[in-house]
Amino acid sequence: MKLLLEIALYFSQFCVVLAMLLCMLRLLKGPTAQDRVLALDTLWICAMLFALLLGISFASLVYFEWAMLIALTGFVSSVALAKFLMRGEIIE
Amino acid sequence: MMQVPVDISPWLAIPVALLLICGSIITLVGTLGLLRLPHFYQRIHGPAITITFGAGSFLLASMLYFTVLQQRLVIHELLISAFIMLTAPVTAMLLMRTAVYRDLRNGRQRPDIKPETPAASGQATTAEVKQHRPDGENK
Repeated sequence: MKLLLEIALYFSQFCVVLAMLLCMLRLLKGPTAQDRVLALDTLWICAMLFALLLGISFASLVYFEWAMLIALTGFVSSVALAKFLMRGEIIE
Repeated sequence: MMQVPVDISPWLAIPVALLLICGSIITLVGTLGLLRLPHFYQRIHGPAITITFGAGSFLLASMLYFTVLQQRLVIHELLISAFIMLTAPVTAMLLMRTAVYRDLRNGRQRPDIKPETPAASGQATTAEVKQHRPDGENK
């Protein structure tokens, strides 16, 4: 049963890293600026998922706080970039 | 490397492994949609499944695993899920409004609408937006 959980953890880490690579491709390729902001937002979410996976792998609750911080900063940065693209200024 | 306990019971390992595999496949599908779909207004639907189902599966797996492992109720992952559920629609709505606004300001049509006279309607919407913002920022 240890082996099953380890295989599942390795598989999901591989999938999340692959998802981050796909986001990175869209971030580099994206024809408009809003595509890049969307890709960056998804990249933050994938990083949060990867922190959760590391927490399960190492059986440590510290990674939960990493995930919380990544979610918070990701939301703030996405909203700031979206506001900047819309108006040209962030705080009006 | 991994700190998985040796004597983990099958009743914990099987649901956690299933949730992890399900969540990772859903995450991959969502980002594949982000990469493959042709227009921005279709592309923004891809990561929604990553944010809801993918993150939900991972958070549920984490809650289950730590609750059984530490033999107490560990549900502080609910904080992250509530935060994600609150903030993901806000980000998506802001991004969509940004995209509509920028497309109108640049005189581009939405790609899924075929206008009958494309030049005229594009000019009309651009003039309307310029009238709305008279300082002439048409980047």
